[in-house]
Amino acid sequence: MVVEILDLRKILVPMIILGLAIIFYLNLEDWNHLQFFYNNMLRIDHYSVAFSGLAIIISAFVFVLSVDFYKDDSRHISDYLAIMLFILCGAIVMFSYWNMAMLFLGIEILSISLYIMAGSKRFDVRSNEAGFKYFLMGSFASGFLLFGIALIYGATGSFHLANIATYVAGGNISPIFYVGMMMMMIAMLFKVAAVPFHFWSPDVYEGAPALVTALMSTLVKIAAFGAFYRLFYVCFLDTIGYTSLILAIVTASTIILGNLTALSQVNFKRLLAYSGISHAGYLLLGLIGMKGGTANAIFYYSSGYAIATIGAFAVAILVFKAMKNENIEAFNGLGKKNPLLAAALTMSMLSLAGIPPFAGFLGKYYIFSEAINNGQILLTLVAIINSIIGVYYYFKVILAMYTKIPDDTVISSNVSYNIVISICLILSLLIGIYPDVLMHLI
Amino acid sequence: MMTLLILFFPLIASLLVLLSGNKLASKVALLFSVIELAITFYVYLVYRQSGADNFYYFKEWISDPKISFHIGMDGLSLLMVILTNFLTPIIILSAFNRNIENAKGYFSLITFMQFALIGVFVAYDGLLYYIFWELALIPIYFIALRWGGPNRVNVTLKFFIYTLTGSLLMLFGFIMLYHYNPSHSFDIRELYANASKVCSCKQSWLFWLFFAAFAIKIPIVPFHTWQADTYSEAPTQGSMLLAGIMLKMGTYSLIRWLIPIVPSGVAEWGPYAIVLCVVGIVYASVIAIMQKDLKKLFAYSSVAHVGLISAGIFALNMQGLQGSVVQMLAHGVNVVGLFFCADIIFNRTKSLNVEGLGGIRNVAPKFNTMFMIVVLGSVALPLTNGFIGEFLLLFGVYEYNTWLSAFAGLTIILGAVYMLRMYQKVMLGNTNDTTSVFGDLMWNEKLVLGIIAIAIIVMGIYPKPVFTIAEPALKTILSNALIK
Repeated sequence: MVVEILDLRKILVPMIILGLAIIFYLNLEDWNHLQFFYNNMLRIDHYSVAFSGLAIIISAFVFVLSVDFYKDDSRHISDYLAIMLFILCGAIVMFSYWNMAMLFLGIEILSISLYIMAGSKRFDVRSNEAGFKYFLMGSFASGFLLFGIALIYGATGSFHLANIATYVAGGNISPIFYVGMMMMMIAMLFKVAAVPFHFWSPDVYEGAPALVTALMSTLVKIAAFGAFYRLFYVCFLDTIGYTSLILAIVTASTIILGNLTALSQVNFKRLLAYSGISHAGYLLLGLIGMKGGTANAIFYYSSGYAIATIGAFAVAILVFKAMKNENIEAFNGLGKKNPLLAAALTMSMLSLAGIPPFAGFLGKYYIFSEAINNGQILLTLVAIINSIIGVYYYFKVILAMYTKIPDDTVISSNVSYNIVISICLILSLLIGIYPDVLMHLI
Repeated sequence: MMTLLILFFPLIASLLVLLSGNKLASKVALLFSVIELAITFYVYLVYRQSGADNFYYFKEWISDPKISFHIGMDGLSLLMVILTNFLTPIIILSAFNRNIENAKGYFSLITFMQFALIGVFVAYDGLLYYIFWELALIPIYFIALRWGGPNRVNVTLKFFIYTLTGSLLMLFGFIMLYHYNPSHSFDIRELYANASKVCSCKQSWLFWLFFAAFAIKIPIVPFHTWQADTYSEAPTQGSMLLAGIMLKMGTYSLIRWLIPIVPSGVAEWGPYAIVLCVVGIVYASVIAIMQKDLKKLFAYSSVAHVGLISAGIFALNMQGLQGSVVQMLAHGVNVVGLFFCADIIFNRTKSLNVEGLGGIRNVAPKFNTMFMIVVLGSVALPLTNGFIGEFLLLFGVYEYNTWLSAFAGLTIILGAVYMLRMYQKVMLGNTNDTTSVFGDLMWNEKLVLGIIAIAIIVMGIYPKPVFTIAEPALKTILSNALIK
């Protein structure tokens, strides 16, 4: 199986990339072969294969970037990379679990590794704070999750997703079940950083090393969403009517608050944290009235978002390093200093803002279309108005690059960054123009 | 296949311009745009011979939602493409002999803009059209942002967000249309065929969603507040692209994507829209009279003109539609001429303030003649291109409602007031310190203004080809728009 191979490959980056390529291939081999592993604890279906593939690609990007990022700290690079592989492993479990125990296990593998990574700049107080804060808050969420699972076990007598689904379909649902469901929902909302459980995310994003932030805002967010969707789609679909009002309020406030707070940010990482919150809101929008096609829409949106974000972070890491400054003003005059990097970041920002022909646009389109199809017209209007607000802060970065006066710091790029940035751009355009390659996977 | 060539040629050109380096960029861009113009002329000849049937190109693109790469050119699209491809070389030529920093980026963006504009005019699939519509915003935003005036940052951001708001409302409209339409398709043929099957309660919504997007782009009062600032802050070529071609995206879309697609929405709300248009005409004309800044004056005169065009479209009769098409072409040519004259004046005197100029006629007679022709064209003197369009438009509005047409007719009087007053203050009188050193036209300026002057007069004397090209397309659209 996919997961075992992972743990062996932690020696060097090329080896890891090779390993990831092999895993990616093995993962694709599983396509169209519905299988169960470990006494039905994991279920490999189209959904899990598609999301795992995305997760592997994202991690491959991050590993390529890590060579240069950890150049000054190469003594510990093997530790970092190993932990990142654990994160990937946890994410894959979260996409393919078929048993509540595996869900918990996946989340914990991912989270514990992430606590360490967030605090991995040992001599930086902010990084320590980030790790500690994330750890404290995350443990609470895990507690909720575990409690929820226990309550659901109490109601249904099983950890098994299929059994729980049968129980729900049978009607006659005990109140404990609903309490358990709410608890699990809270935990999942915490993991995807939805309002009002979002407070950890800006601080942690800001404090953690930039590369870890990149990983958090893409892989981890998508993993949490993948698990969330799977849980609801398989188990709670028939009971979702009870939660849809709550979810609608959470969605609206996530989109609005994330966007409005992002407007006033000066730190680029915080900006992306808040924009990430609002993107989580858009994804939730797809979740509210879900039907068959929603998984595709969510997958497409996640892919577009992840690719654009990784591209943005790749540029940002270079700029931060040269300027020793993580605020938006670090980008001042980048259009003159390094036009290619500026163009790349511009395209990433345009994709995040949802401007065609980039993937972000069709992603938004699919989500809105699902929502309208499911009758959520008012929420869609809220989302549309917020996409307009979103343009404002994404353009703040673009404006800084093209209109502000540069200083004389030279920002140079190197091969590994160029590869990642150009692949991200090509992918973003490619899936923006040919969405069919992704849209029929699940 | 011809349509594909016309569409993608500018895209290739824009890449080549980018690669050609700063020194050659303007010449390469001009060369390619002239070739594109030649292709367009050939297409026009083919169209005269065998009609629009050869120009359709259909390919499945995205299966869910059903979006196809469906492009084509009927008479209406062809005229808009001709306008675009006629103006682009002129716009590029107008930038010769000017110092432009990072010229390769500038000209590359202009040709890229041409690509996106043509895309808007030839797209026959709703979402494809939407994508080009948005795509056109990006190059013009960067043109204005990097090469614009001192206050460009705020102004262009306002412009971008304003128009994007409209676009997103339109996207919302398209998604609604897709779900409520029994055929579940974005293809224009399906949308036309099923237009009357969409419930009229939904059509009211759809009407306003689309109208908002187009009204912002055109702009129709009260959605015009982005416009004057953007025109005056954008570099000359940017203003020309905006006023000459990009405005026409809005009016073209009214004809193509609004009135035939939501006929009962138009029947219900069209009267309100037409009143807005007429109010806009008077309002913008009055403001134009008060303007001191040349570029702003032209911007407001533009609002008045396009207000009349939109009013003619909502009148829903053949005269109105024909008039709007002619006037779109005429206004495109005239406004490019006006902005170029403003650029010539600014380039020599560093001032656009009407009060500070005067007496230019004495020192630059050739410029004076050309400027006079352009001004006369835009005040709609008979035998210039502006006359035919305005006459037909007023005629169309008159058939719709006499009173509205009386108010709309004010545009001719008020237009004459502000344009001739401006001409008088700028060109006549005695020279002063700023204008006494005014040099006469350089070769490229002569060429540009000469072509524009010829176009103004030729179109004014012999507009018939425009009518014959546009007629079949407009008939289809009108018959669809009038179904209850």
